[in-house]
Amino acid sequence: MRLIYFAWVKAMTGTAEEEVEIPGEVQNVTGLLDWLEARDPKYARAFSDRGAIRVAVNQEFARPGDPVTNSDEVAFFPPVTGG
Amino acid sequence: MIKVQSEDFNVGAELSALTKGNHKIGGLAVFVGLVRDLATSGDISAMTLEHYPGMTEKLLARIEDEARERWPLEESLIIHRHGRLEPGDQIVMVATASTHRQAAFEACEFLMDWLKTKAPFWKLEEGPEGAKWVDARESDERAKERWQKVGRKVAGSES
Repeated sequence: MRLIYFAWVKAMTGTAEEEVEIPGEVQNVTGLLDWLEARDPKYARAFSDRGAIRVAVNQEFARPGDPVTNSDEVAFFPPVTGG
Repeated sequence: MIKVQSEDFNVGAELSALTKGNHKIGGLAVFVGLVRDLATSGDISAMTLEHYPGMTEKLLARIEDEARERWPLEESLIIHRHGRLEPGDQIVMVATASTHRQAAFEACEFLMDWLKTKAPFWKLEEGPEGAKWVDARESDERAKERWQKVGRKVAGSES
């Protein structure tokens, strides 16, 4: 699975991009966030306010219950501020 | 047409190219967004716009398709810059052309409201207290929401 981080989520995790292999029990967006939080306290801090985190799976906005697999590209970022 | 670029753009040249040869166009609306020097955290010296290459283009194209379904547009253009920008610089341009003005005005405003809440861009402001990521604004979300009620096709209306 390819993980990408943007804006302050990238600053807090200290990671722009990484490849990970998720275990079988991680099946959806919420499970992935929980798994990443447990891996590293930096991620736990970055994701502590779940309401402030937006997730895209394969470049489409995703909801907490949406499925994820090891072949997906998943991005984490704050609410957008363009324009 | 969608353009995501770090380079500046020339509004006049873009509009000429957009409307060239299409004489069904009777109205052309354009919005240009500029970098302000007074931001949420005081005076800013510059800002850096980060985006999600790939998803940005996809989302902008979808927003444009949505506008073209709702309004009878002859032409449309969205240009959004990324990278480091200074106060006074152009960030974004939206242009919509239609037979009549109402569709052009409405679609232009719709495109701006939607891209502000959907397109994956993030602003990092550089100010006297260092760099700060800009927070999303509730008012932008409300501006988008109103189109779910009033946004519509105006085909055939005389405006």
